[in-house]
Amino acid sequence: MINEYLNLLLKDYTLQIITLGTAVLGAVCGMLGSFAVLRKQSLLGDAISHASLPGIAIVFLVLGVKSNNGLLLGALASGLVSAVFIKGIISKTHLKADTALGIVLSTFFGFGMLLLTYIQKLPNANQSGLEKYLFGQAATLLASDVWLMTAIAGISLLIVLLFWKEFKMVLFDPDYTKTLGFNVKFIDTLITSFIVIAIVMGLQTVGVVLMSAMLLAPAAAARQWTNSLAKMVMLAGLFGATSGVVGTAISASANNLSTGPVIVLIATLFVVFSFVFSPIRGLLFKQIKLWKNRNDLKLMKTLMFMYNLVKDHEDISHPHKIQLLNNFQGYTKKSLKRLQAEDLILLNRSDWSLTEKGFNTAKNLYTQEL
Amino acid sequence: MEQKIAIAIDDLTVAYNYKPVLWDIDLQIPEGVLMAIVGPNGAGKSTLLKAILDIIKPLAGSVTVYGKPYKKQRDLVAYVPQKGSVDWDFPTTALDVVMMGTYGSLGWIKRPGQTQKKQALEALEKVGMLPFQNRQISQLSGGQQQRIFLARALVQNASIYFMDEPFQGVDATTEKAIIQILKELRKAGKTVIVVHHDLQTVPEYFDWVTFLNVKKIATGPVAQIFNDDNLTKTYGINYKTSITEGKL
Repeated sequence: MINEYLNLLLKDYTLQIITLGTAVLGAVCGMLGSFAVLRKQSLLGDAISHASLPGIAIVFLVLGVKSNNGLLLGALASGLVSAVFIKGIISKTHLKADTALGIVLSTFFGFGMLLLTYIQKLPNANQSGLEKYLFGQAATLLASDVWLMTAIAGISLLIVLLFWKEFKMVLFDPDYTKTLGFNVKFIDTLITSFIVIAIVMGLQTVGVVLMSAMLLAPAAAARQWTNSLAKMVMLAGLFGATSGVVGTAISASANNLSTGPVIVLIATLFVVFSFVFSPIRGLLFKQIKLWKNRNDLKLMKTLMFMYNLVKDHEDISHPHKIQLLNNFQGYTKKSLKRLQAEDLILLNRSDWSLTEKGFNTAKNLYTQEL
Repeated sequence: MEQKIAIAIDDLTVAYNYKPVLWDIDLQIPEGVLMAIVGPNGAGKSTLLKAILDIIKPLAGSVTVYGKPYKKQRDLVAYVPQKGSVDWDFPTTALDVVMMGTYGSLGWIKRPGQTQKKQALEALEKVGMLPFQNRQISQLSGGQQQRIFLARALVQNASIYFMDEPFQGVDATTEKAIIQILKELRKAGKTVIVVHHDLQTVPEYFDWVTFLNVKKIATGPVAQIFNDDNLTKTYGINYKTSITEGKL
């Protein structure tokens, strides 16, 4: 099946364009999404993407624009207006961020849907094709779209590199950044604008409803694997691009599977896999560490019990019967063997004896300086 | 001998939604003092620092640093925010955070280099955190995080230091280390202003104190004004009615 797809990819120019497009989109969304996640603006992306719908409809309806780029400019304007509304509500009223996001998302999206249904009832409705912006339609990507996306991606990357230190500091500690004389509002606006641009870029491919997942999923997955901002941004870009390529491949191989949702699902797989298997923060690793600690504790308890039995003897390494340990419930044959493997005790048939190392370890167990 | 005035605050008023948080603060802080700002919860202590540092906009009033507006004198001032004001799970290292102290002198776009790294390492050494330079910041204890914040401010090599509750939630060792550094700063002629909660340690740690509860209650040398009278005025049970009736 993979061979089949690769053959298809080599021959089919349209598929090449779409694959390149989704890869670039995934990479840009992953990178810029990292900033959204760290700025704790995950939901901002969701609100903005939903809020871009009325912009598309208004441009179509009022200005009569039908070109993709024209419609996306409408989406951009509408998305930026919604961002201004959200920030305004948060700073000018008592309402909290989640409420502001909810209000703006539902109002804008509702208005957008209203306009969309109105447009569909118009005589020339069939040609409009505006529904594709709801869930995206990667098949409509043209070479010119992809080149534009690549150009925007390149410019974004350049600006991120240029303002790297400013971005990092604002994300971590905006108040402190301000005291150093940096214009935090400007940096903040730059970050938000990037998020809006990334969203608008993805509308045609993934659609307003699922777009925020493209921003958040690769970033959330990447955060699990590294503690460095630079690595996180690069990894998120890689995860995003891979989701785009793999998602496109699956939807091209399987009949009529919609590309956008498949890409989002692949990105989600990255998240699930990372949450479970990441060595730094993964659930599995944490569980294993817990088991290991529990085991170690059992071993040390056994050792302490032995220590208490022999500490008043003159010869600390005098052998004792294993049966003596029956008063202590925590030991097993396996744990005794592990203690021996670590040179803490010696086993000799039915006898055990503490080694010097075992004696000292037990003695210092509670007095150890951490 | 007349002391030079490091910070002069004139008629500073801050309000959130019509409720005054700071009311008509006049305050002159002499150069070279180690000053505590004390007052009950909600007295506006942190707000005062933020208003001085232009992090929040005051309703009225002005702040001058050595006679010039604060905005022109930022280089002279370093800020240590409350430890709890940032997310310590941010993906970065201790050294990286301390390096941020050099960003102000670097200005826009320019990248930190070896000089900046050296400065950051020196500051880490001063706060006893050199062995932890590559540690992910979420893996530091509360006291260590506080020392990282202090190191970041030290890197700025400022004349005036503002610190928001640097002793909150830190271990005894860190508290000792921090107060040691503060005293060294004062010895070097710097002015240090600390929002402080533990009244018992005021006479031991500080030589200057400001009592604050929305209004300025008193300010001056600890030896002269740190007394029951001012404490009652600041923390007294009836302080709310006192303020509305204008008795203070």
